[in-house]
Formats: sequence, structure tokens, C-alpha cells
Amino acid sequence: MVLVNLILILLAGGVIAWLAERQHPLLPRWIALITILFDLGYFLTYMSDLSWSQIAIVPNPTDATTWLLHYKAEWIPRFGISFELAMDGLSLLMVILTLVLGAVAVSSSWTDIKQRTGFFEANLLWTLAGVLGVFLALDLFLFFLFWEVMLVPMYLMIAIWGHEGRGYASMKFFIFTQVSGLMMLLAILVLVMLNHSNTGVYSFSYFELLDHKVGGDIAFYLMLGFFVAFLVKLPGFPVHTWLPDAHTQAPTAGSVILAGILLKTGAYGLIRFVVPLFPNEALAFSPIAMGLGVAGIIYGAVLALGQDDFKRLVAYSSVSHMGFVLLGVFAWNALALQGAVMQMIAHGFSTAALFMIAGSLQERMHTRDMSKMGGLWQNMPRMGAVAMFFALASLGLPGLGNFVAEFMVLVGLFAVAPWIAAVAALGLIVAAIYSLMMMQRAFQGKPDEGRRLPDYGLREMLTMTVMIVGLIWLGLYPQPVLDTAQPVLDSLMQMVGSVAEPTKVAGLMP
Amino acid sequence: MDGVSIPLDHVLLLASLLFICGLLGLMMRRNVIFILISLEVMLNSSAVAFVAAGARWGQADGQVIFMLILAVAAAEVAVGLGLVIQIQRRFKSLDMDDADRLRG
Amino acid sequence: MLKLLPLIPLFPLVSSVLLMVTTGKMPKRLVAILGAGSVGLSAITTLLVGLAFMETGQPHHQVLWTWMHVGAFSPDIAFYLDGLTLVMMSVITGVGFLIHLFSTEFMEEDVSYSRYFAYLNMFVFAMLILVMADNLLLLYLGWEGVGVCSYLLVGFWYQNPDNGLAARKAFVVTRVGDTAMALGLFLLFTELGTLDIQPMAAAANSQWQVGDTLPVLACLLLLGGAVGKSAQLPLHTWLPDAMAGPTPVSALIHAATMVTAGVYLIARTHELFLLAPPAMLAVALVGLITSLMAASTALVQHDIKRILAYSTISQIGYMFLALGVGAWTAGIFHLVTHAFFKALLFLAAGAVIHCLHHEHNIFKMGGLRTRLPVVFWSFLIGSAALAALPLTSGFFSKDMILLQAYELPGAGPWLWAGGLLGALLTAIYSFRLVFVVFFGKTQMEPDKQPGSRMAVPLLLLCILSLVGGFFALPLVPLESVFPSASEHHPSHLIEGISMAIPLIGLAIAYFIYLSGQLNVDNLVNSAPGQMLKKFWFSGWAMDWVYDRLWVRPYKGLATMLRGEWVDVIYNSIVKVCQQLFVGLSHTQTGRLRWYATSMVFGVIVVIALLLGVV
Repeated sequence: MVLVNLILILLAGGVIAWLAERQHPLLPRWIALITILFDLGYFLTYMSDLSWSQIAIVPNPTDATTWLLHYKAEWIPRFGISFELAMDGLSLLMVILTLVLGAVAVSSSWTDIKQRTGFFEANLLWTLAGVLGVFLALDLFLFFLFWEVMLVPMYLMIAIWGHEGRGYASMKFFIFTQVSGLMMLLAILVLVMLNHSNTGVYSFSYFELLDHKVGGDIAFYLMLGFFVAFLVKLPGFPVHTWLPDAHTQAPTAGSVILAGILLKTGAYGLIRFVVPLFPNEALAFSPIAMGLGVAGIIYGAVLALGQDDFKRLVAYSSVSHMGFVLLGVFAWNALALQGAVMQMIAHGFSTAALFMIAGSLQERMHTRDMSKMGGLWQNMPRMGAVAMFFALASLGLPGLGNFVAEFMVLVGLFAVAPWIAAVAALGLIVAAIYSLMMMQRAFQGKPDEGRRLPDYGLREMLTMTVMIVGLIWLGLYPQPVLDTAQPVLDSLMQMVGSVAEPTKVAGLMP
Repeated sequence: MDGVSIPLDHVLLLASLLFICGLLGLMMRRNVIFILISLEVMLNSSAVAFVAAGARWGQADGQVIFMLILAVAAAEVAVGLGLVIQIQRRFKSLDMDDADRLRG
Repeated sequence: MLKLLPLIPLFPLVSSVLLMVTTGKMPKRLVAILGAGSVGLSAITTLLVGLAFMETGQPHHQVLWTWMHVGAFSPDIAFYLDGLTLVMMSVITGVGFLIHLFSTEFMEEDVSYSRYFAYLNMFVFAMLILVMADNLLLLYLGWEGVGVCSYLLVGFWYQNPDNGLAARKAFVVTRVGDTAMALGLFLLFTELGTLDIQPMAAAANSQWQVGDTLPVLACLLLLGGAVGKSAQLPLHTWLPDAMAGPTPVSALIHAATMVTAGVYLIARTHELFLLAPPAMLAVALVGLITSLMAASTALVQHDIKRILAYSTISQIGYMFLALGVGAWTAGIFHLVTHAFFKALLFLAAGAVIHCLHHEHNIFKMGGLRTRLPVVFWSFLIGSAALAALPLTSGFFSKDMILLQAYELPGAGPWLWAGGLLGALLTAIYSFRLVFVVFFGKTQMEPDKQPGSRMAVPLLLLCILSLVGGFFALPLVPLESVFPSASEHHPSHLIEGISMAIPLIGLAIAYFIYLSGQLNVDNLVNSAPGQMLKKFWFSGWAMDWVYDRLWVRPYKGLATMLRGEWVDVIYNSIVKVCQQLFVGLSHTQTGRLRWYATSMVFGVIVVIALLLGVV
């Protein structure tokens, strides 16, 4: 029931925030913040009752009762659809990430939303509710429902409170996600039908479908259906093009949620559904998937350098970073998968922070064009220092979370595909180029003496400190995170492992 | 009443001719009044066919439908004439080719 | 006492964080005390730890906490102390403290005083982590950390975009090397199953034979990292530009410590390199060619700091040569003496620049011998040690390198001869610098004299540069780390030649630049002379090559692609839909007759289909 409450609190908070606008236009943001913090507190209090040893138990992926939390209610029994939520270590990490970044997102849009504040905060909370649902749902029908639930409020956030080109961007975002989502729906339906013809029962349950895997040519196309949906969300090359537009046009909180959390649903889907449901097909497909990952890393980095728009640059850097997740998932060994999970969390923090900085710049200077900036360090030393920190995080400085993630992905990948790892490692160089270029163009160089800009205040510094501490912690002591995800990944690998055993360096040397 | 009975074929031929006249009028006429008249002609051509068919099988249905068609025609003319007046006011013309605001 | 080890990096870290958090609100006096004092404390602690270590001589291993454990991948935050570590730590904290002390006066007028010390302390912290790490991943953390501090300090005066460019260049070029090194780590972990240095060396020795391909590959990748950080060919181009930073930074980072990290890395993993003779030869050749290239370039520069930068590149080349021929101890010895005299030279150059309105061009200086006596003597002693004049510290270490190079079977004598040529060039350019700057006509008057906080570090470094070689200070702790070199002495002739070469160089410099008895103007002004000068001046045109080869194509690519060509695919889908829409909307004429007609024809077609006519 905890899991249901987690989602219900957010939904209800959204409704209250919407209604509260009539009382006072500044009330909704407080309601949103309190709702999220309450949700987080509620969750953590409950989780603190669970001991670490429980988390360390390797869950049986096909038996929900071995998971940390599980809730199941009948919904449409005729078609085997139930309201089934469950949580293991992986979802646990994602839930915490979602709620923390949700609070950050509320803080990041504290002052820049002036119109229809109630509806804005409501959309924000509903998106979070949808994301939580995606991370927790283990009935494919329910999963698809939440997949759509998080999409619509996000669309509204971009379309109503976005910047100058919001119409185009929101529509592009919607169509990309919707079309790919429909492919997934089709794949889900065919999967269920096949299962029906094999076993004689209708079931949308993850556990049921894991037990009875389908094979043959059709399985490959079903895998593709899921893969495309998640690739679009990730976003992977070449279906990433909605992301720069959506990020650039979204309000700050929208960008923070989009980059920090929504993209992770794609990565989560790959780990949770694509590989476990279709292990053989995923293995056969892995060279292409890894190729797409590497292409994304390099392509994103090259395009990031070419941008003038601060937010666009950060958006392309996301494309580059999420390529590592794709690599990690399809390398499918303990190290690479852990790296992928770490990257999901670390990228959530670092990119969310960079979007916040972009948002603050836009709020203060009314432009995102870096050619109109320069020397901002002089005007706003605190913001400059914070930006420097996150630029360094984004280029993978050791000691910060992103490095741990990228290094583990690459080490794991190297054992499977050394040449792909070598090319992907180029991403470390090009990341340095665009990150430092961004710092140079925005914060260094000759300051405009006549410019008076307010530096970061207490609220902003507090929010940033949360993320700075988070990244340093992830970089220097990631073990708790690794320990939380390890049992889940172990169990998934046990199930799939017989198929995709990582091989030693083969073909590297004669 | 079994004097000269008109063969059904003849009546149907007449109905067809009337219908085609109406159809051609509908397709070729630009004046909205004439279009309405063409529609009336077409309705009545089908009415003739119904009456003849009713007579042929000795059933009342043909006449019932004829009554229905009369009612429909009356209603249609009422609406149609209303539209004619509106069109006349809007476009200062009764040429339907001028009223092409639905052009894509 | 050994348990105090973690305190050594902790002091500068705490100080740095404090300075960052207070964002310049601290009074300058406190900043100076905190900045220099923390490194001083580290130096004292290093001394204590060093004494404790020397008692037993046993390597000390200390795990602080678990870093990341995933299966066999288990690097920890852990320190490893042995002789090599101790030597490096002493240099970093000792020379580092002197440079911090110097900086407290040098940077006094800068508005970002506290930011400067925050970065500089952070650098010392990262450098200590680099040398103390017990596994290659933690070493890599320090490795990148010093790179970032170098980036921040080179671009310290960020208002000038040129400094920003130099800083970015420094970071990106070294990152190229770092990436090669990262690949080396991947390879080592995949093959040997660990990144902890000592177990890794043991595993390598048991798994690999001398001459296998994999160790060569791994060592070449590590060498890639080393040449990046240590500014060796072909990744040396960043160092001369990195002189854009404040001069004490150049002394600390770009002369004494960070740039020697590559030497440290190779020395630290020497057991791997011993398994890969081709990689060793590559190290030696890289070192030799770099030292000749840099020495010839230094000969024609006229920016005082650039001369010293090229000289640093050249001297590190010697260290690489030493490592390549297996003279591990000699290489580290040269690293130490070089840290003394090059820090001295940079600080003295800094003092010159400080007192001379930020003038960098040596031909606008002159006659400073009497105007700045302290600086003059420092510079003279530093140059003597750099040129390896007999009995200075540089002499002992360089001599050791050359002699051991000579003894290498096969290529030995050639390496030795190349090294001698480099030594000759070194002597010429270092005394060219002395004669041009401190002798001759006075062209500029200094507007101030260095104060005590600048003079004391100079004085101490002078002493170290002079006598540092006599005691062969660092050699004792190193004995337990490296395999001992063979102990037979080459002939007196060879030794005599090594000793005479720097003196010949000094004489040549004297005749050309001071007495003018040797006039080389005609030679220089001839066409080939001019071309050679231009070629040398540009640092063998490497910047030009890289600009054409990498920088411009990459920028061009970014500019070409910036419009997102992938969208062409999606836009063409949109286009097709739009065309369809336009085509279909033509049928929507708004004409009633047209609709009626098309309906009629539609009905006819449908009826025809139903009746089966068609």
C-alpha cells in the first residue's frame, strides 16, 4: 500500500496545488514542495524499517514476494490486467532520485513561473506521479498507462510555460514519444496474445511473461518495439532530435525533470524489460545497440560544441552521456550495468544542475545565447563556481559521480567489446572540449562592466549544495548505491546470464 | 380499374429520366434556387418509383413512403430556403460557386 | 607515526575547501597563513612520517574506505607509502611550501588572492593523492585532479580569452593522453583482474612473459598518459602556452611537480615496463627526441617563461630517457634535482617579471645583475644546475642518466651521444638567458625589490640546487623500490666528456651573447638559418600541424553539423505529410457542384463494384 500512497500523495498534492491558486498565486509552490518532501519523508521512514540485509537478498525476478515491496489488486481480471506495483533495489534508487530531483525542480522554478502557478505545479506533481508509476509498475498494461500519464503533463508544461518556440518543441516531443509509445503498446499486445496462445491465459503481469518467454522471429520485432520506445526516451541516436528542442523550450523545472528523471525511464525500461524479456534477441541486437550508443556519445559531443544556446548545449551533452547508459546495458555484465545505473543517477544530478544554471541565466539576462554572455564569473562568482563544478562533473572528473559511472561502463564494456570501448573513450576527450568551451563562453572572458546581475541567493545555493554533495558522495563513496542495485542486477544476470556471458578480450590480439 | 395499365418499366424509365434530369441540374446549375428545384425533381422521381412499385405489388408501403418523401421534401425546402436567404445576405448572390468558403 | 599519512593530503584539502566556501571574504593575511601554512603542516607531517618510515623501510599500506566494489573490481581509497612515494611527497610538500610562501607576496595585489590559494592548495592535495595512491584508479583521480587545477590556474586571469584558450588547450591535450591511459587501465584490469599496483605487478609477472604483446600494448597506453601529462612529444604543445598562468603556478605545476607525474607513473609501474622492452625503448626515444626538440626550441625563444617551459620539456625528456634505459633511480633523482633548480629558475623569473612591470621579453631586459642581486644569484645558480655544470645538483643526476644510457647494450652510445648534444644546447640556452637578462645594457629599471617572503624561498632553493646532488638525498629510500643498477664504471674518457660538454656550452654562450667575439648573425640571417630559426621558434611547427590536423577539422565538423542533420529525416517525413495535405486540400474546392458531381461518380463506382461490373 505504501507504493500506492506514494503515487496518490503526488496526485492529490497536484489537485490541491491547482485549487490553492485561487487563495494566493504563491501558495502552490509551497504546496508542491511540501508534497514532494512529505512523500520523500514518508518513503524514507518506511524504508528505514527495512534493514540492509533485506536489500542485499537477491530477489527472484519471477516471484514478486521476494521483492522489497509488493502490492497487487485486481483491475480488469478478464484480460489478466491487475494493478501491480513492486519495488526492488533498482526501483528504490530511482524513486529516491525522482523525489529528490522533484524537490529540486520545484525550487528551480520558484520565481520564474508567473502565470497559472497552480496548474504548473499540478502538472509538475502529476509528471512525477507518472514517473513513479513507471518505476514501480510491473503490469505491462499499467506500465503503459503510467508511461502516458507522465507524458501529457510534461507536454502541457512545455506547451504552456515554454519559451519562444514552445509550440513546435512540445508537439515534436509529444509525437516522438507517442509514436514510439504506440510501438511499445503494439509489442505489449502481441506479447500478451502470444502468451495467451501458448499458455491459454491472458496476463499482462511482468512475472508471468518472464516465466513464459516467447521465441522466434516475432520476438525480435517485439524487442524492437520496446527498444524503440525506450531509445526515444533515453534518448539515443538517431531518435534524439526531440530532446534539444524540448529542453531548450521547456521552463527550467521542465528541463530539470525531463533531463533528470524522464530520460531515466528509458534506461530503466531497457534494464527492466528489454533484456530480461528478450535475452536472446537483445544479445543478437547488442552490436547495433552499442553502435548507436557510441554514435550518440560522439555525435552529441560534437553537436554540443557547435551550439550557441546554453540549454541546447546541455541538451546535446545529455545525448552524449546517455549513450554510456546504452553501452552499459547492452554490454550486460555486472560492472557495465552498475555503471549504467550510476550514470542514470549521476547524470540526473549533474544535468539537472546545469539546466538550473541555464534557467537562472535566462531569468537574469533574458537570453540563452552564449555569444551574448562572457565574463559572468566577475558578476556572479558563486554561480560561476557552481557552474564550473558541474561542468567538471559533466566532463567526467574523477571523484565525482559521473566518472565512476563512465569508468565502470567502459571497464565492463572493454571486456566484451574492446574496440567499441576504445571509441567510446573518445567521448571523454570531446566532453572536455564542449564543457570547457561552455565555461569559457559564458563565465570567462571579458566581463561587461555595466552589467549588474544578482548572484545566487540562499535558496539557489541550498539547492545546488544538495546536488554538489550528492555528486561528491556518488564519486567518493558510491558503495551504498552499488550495494542496493547489486542484488537486482545479479538476479537479472542470473536469469539472462547463461546467454550473454561476458567473454574475455577476444580478437584483440592474435 | 383494369383499363389501361401502364407497364412498370415505363414508369421506372420516367423516374430514371426525371432523376437524371435532377442530377444533371444539380451538377450543372450554379443558382441555388435551381439546385433546390433539381433536388425536388430528384426526390419526386424516387417518389414516382415508389408509387409505381406500390401499385405493382398492391401494397400500401409505396404510398406511405411517398407521404414520407413529401414531408422530407417540405422540411428540406424549409431549411433550403432559409439557407438561400442567408446566402443571399452573405454573398449578395445566389451563385453557389461564390460561396466557396470551405475551400482548402 | 605512519598513521598520520592521511593527514598530509588532508591539510591542503581542508584549507582549500575553507577558502572556496568563504569566497574571498577572508582577510588576506588569514588567507596567506591558511594557504601556505597548510602546505607547511603537510611538509612537517611528511618529515615525521618519512623519519618513521626510514626506521623500518617497510612499505606501509593504509586503507581509508571502500571506494567501489563490484565483483573483482575493487579499488579502495587507500594509500601506499614506499621510498618512491616518500621522495615525491617530500618534493611536493617541500618545494610546494616554498612556492606557496613565495606566492603570498607575489600575488599580494591580486583581487582573487583567496581563489588563487584555494586552487593551489587543491592542486597540492590532488598531487599528493596521485603519488600516494595504492591503486591506479585513485592515481587516476589525482592525475585528473592535478589536470583540473592546472586548467584553473593557467586560466586564473580568466578575463583574458587568450589565457582561457591556453588553459583549455592544456586540459584537452593532456586529456588525450589521459584517455590513452584510461584504456591502459581497462586493459590491465581486464587481463590482470586488479588495479592495485602491487598485486597487479605480481600478477603481471606471473601471467606475462618478457616480450609478450599485451604488456607492450598496456605500457604504450600508459606511456600515452605519461607523455600527455609530462608534455613529451607528441603531446607537448600545451606546456609553453600554459605559461599564461601566474609564475609561481608555472614553478609548482609546470616545472616541479605535475609535469613530472608521467615520470612517476612509469617509475611506479616499472615492473610492467620491464616486461615490455619495446615499450621501454619507446620511452627512451620519446625522451631523447623531445629533449633535443625542446632544447633547440628554447634556443631561439625570447619570452623568459617560454624558454623555461621548453627547458622543462627538455629536462623531462632526460627523465624519460633515464626510465627508458632502466635507470629508474637516476630518473627520479633528476626529477628531484630538476624540481629544485627549475622551481628556483621559475621563481627567479617570476621575481624579474614582478619587479619589471610584467615584462616577459628578455631582449627588453638587461643589466639586472646589479639592480636585482638576489634574483641574479638565484638565477645564476639555477642556470648552472640546469646546464649541469660540475658539482651542481643537476650535474650529478644528469651524469648518472647519461652514463647509464651509455651502458645500455645496443642503442646505448647513440642515446648517450644524443643526450650529450642536448646537454650542450641546454648549457647554451641557459646561459644565453643569464647573459641577456642580467648582463649588458640596462634597458628597464625595476620598480621594486623582492621582499623577504620572496627572497627566503629563493635562498633555500639555491642551497638545494647547489648541494642537493651531493648528498644524493633521494637515493636512499629508492633503493628498496627499484632493481639496482649494474655497478661498473665507464671509462674516464666518457666521464670527462660528460663533464666538459656543459662547460663548452657555457663558453659558446659567453662568446656569442656576452663578449660578441663569436658572431653568428650571418649564419642566422642566411636563408636556411632563417628557416631553421622559424622552425625552431614555432616548436617544430607542432602547433601548426595540430591546428590543421585536428582543431580545424573538428571545429569545422561541429559547425557543419550544428543544425542537426538527423532532423532532415524527420523533417522529410513532415514534408511528405504536408505535401499530401496540400494535394488533398486541392480537392476541397468549396464548390457545391463539384462535391455533388464527385459524389455521383463515387456512387456510380461503388454501385459498379457491388454489381461486379468491374
